[in-house]
Amino acid sequence: MNNNVQKQVVLSVSQLSCRQSSQFQLENISFTIAESSCVGIIGPNGSGKTTLLKAVTGCIPTKSGHIQYCNRPIASYNQQDLSKEIAIVLQSTELDQSILVEDYILLGRNPYRKRWQFWESEHDIQFAEEAMKVTQIESLRLRKINALSGGEKQLVRIARAMAQDPRLFLLDEPTNHLDIAHQLQILTLLNRLKREKNMSIMIVLHDLNLASEFCDELILMQHGKIFTMGCAKDVLTFQNIESVYHTLVIEGENPISKKPYVFLVSEDNLKKSIAQSEELEKSDRLEKSI
Amino acid sequence: MKQKAIKWWITHSILLVTLSIICLIALTMGTINTPIDQLIRILFNKMDSTEYTILMQIRLPRILVGIAVGGALSLAGVILQAVFRNPLVEPYTLGISGGAALGVAICIVFSLNQSYALSLPFFGMIGAGCVILAIYSLNAFGVVHNIQRLLLIGVMISFISNSLFMLIISLSKSEQMHSIMFWTMGSLEEPDRALVYCLLIVSLLGCLITSIFSVDLNVLSLGEEDAFHLGLHVERIRNILLVLASVLTGFCVSISGIIGFVGLVVPHFVRLFAGTDHRTVVTASYITGAIFIILCDLLARTIISPLELPVGIVTGLVGGLIFIYALVRK
Repeated sequence: MNNNVQKQVVLSVSQLSCRQSSQFQLENISFTIAESSCVGIIGPNGSGKTTLLKAVTGCIPTKSGHIQYCNRPIASYNQQDLSKEIAIVLQSTELDQSILVEDYILLGRNPYRKRWQFWESEHDIQFAEEAMKVTQIESLRLRKINALSGGEKQLVRIARAMAQDPRLFLLDEPTNHLDIAHQLQILTLLNRLKREKNMSIMIVLHDLNLASEFCDELILMQHGKIFTMGCAKDVLTFQNIESVYHTLVIEGENPISKKPYVFLVSEDNLKKSIAQSEELEKSDRLEKSI
Repeated sequence: MKQKAIKWWITHSILLVTLSIICLIALTMGTINTPIDQLIRILFNKMDSTEYTILMQIRLPRILVGIAVGGALSLAGVILQAVFRNPLVEPYTLGISGGAALGVAICIVFSLNQSYALSLPFFGMIGAGCVILAIYSLNAFGVVHNIQRLLLIGVMISFISNSLFMLIISLSKSEQMHSIMFWTMGSLEEPDRALVYCLLIVSLLGCLITSIFSVDLNVLSLGEEDAFHLGLHVERIRNILLVLASVLTGFCVSISGIIGFVGLVVPHFVRLFAGTDHRTVVTASYITGAIFIILCDLLARTIISPLELPVGIVTGLVGGLIFIYALVRK
């Protein structure tokens, strides 16, 4: 990925701190996202990943620090213009209304609506169609959103955000509720958007291996701070993971992509395996002495 | 979107035709029935007859008030249900009706209504205005950040004004009590023509403004956070809509008394046949509300003619039954 061509910085966050009812806190966060790159945010529950996403869109008041989008402070953007540039898929979006899927996705075109515009333009409809096509939910278009399954809802949320035609796409655990095929489908889709439309992606993931496989860069968070960041090889070391998650893992490698792969180890199995190997050694020694 | 626009026009033309038919029927029926063929003759040729006076001075203003009140209350219901994302909210939930009732009760108890004919609606308006001001300032000056909390405060204001209302009733003389109670049951009768036109204009303007905001209502009903991320100025639009709904309700209540149920049920009923898109729901609710209230008033004044029932009773009975039927059938 490290070509000599300098990529344009889309988002730059420097020394961001914010407090949300003294419970969730971000402290001294600095990072940048380049054009058409995918940044994964990982970290334990409650480490401030979602708060960081929301802070980037400006919907959480920040205490100090700067967020710049395309070299302009985010606060200087009009809310409507900003939503043409940045789209976010939140977990908290409950699809509990009885709206048709196609109407719901058309609402994603709201940032482009003029004050006196009553009906959507042909252009808007094209975008919505395109969003449904790439997420493969055309067959759901006449269903009501509150009658969809968890996985279908997730795809619909993503499609609505895509109808916004953003340059920066923020996603909060988009693979939740999805089976592995759909997980793969969504992440592959995001990768394609990144390549074809030069979209930048910031994605919160819980699955370390998916993060390693699909993100260009990872940010590991702990207690509202950035613990470490960089490429997957540097971030997903067993030392880092042990000190952040307090669990034992074994580092490996994905045989196809050669990216780091993390194996979870339960303590019981580890003890068993150690005991077994010790026994084996003992019997070996015994045989030798005989 | 061609298809949607066509559907929009079809729905609205059907509703408008129905409204005109209902209006015609309401004009002809009453203590004295005037068949349709006579109606035209009376309207154009016999301008000095008693029938003409009944039609133009009694029945027509009543129909106009019906359209204005039914439409405005339904609009307020649509707006508030979308803003609060709560299907059980109705125009009276925020305590506006309680405020108006309190104003009217004070007016009657202190016998302020003898000197001037418009004093009842005037005091109703003051009562409603105080409540609107209280709610709006709580919202606009950022005392209440959470919209659901605002709703709760509205409910509490409603309880407080109801208690004060009861207090005044318990202290009043029996004939005063009767006129207060009769006012609260609601009536479409309004002797002052200027007030009727004023109400109608406010109500129609309200419909126009709300339909300008109908797409915003669609976005807003997704929830605050999503609306924000879709580029909506949530606070600003919500304030405009809240004030609009409150003013509409205030006008209706102070002129026609408390006509319950319209604002709650008509939006739901419209959503059953027209879908949830506010571009249709807003205007369709306005017309349906008008149809519903004129029908109810027709029933109220013909069913035990020559006596008259308060229209509020009929709206509750008829509306509730129709709605339960529609829900069960679905």
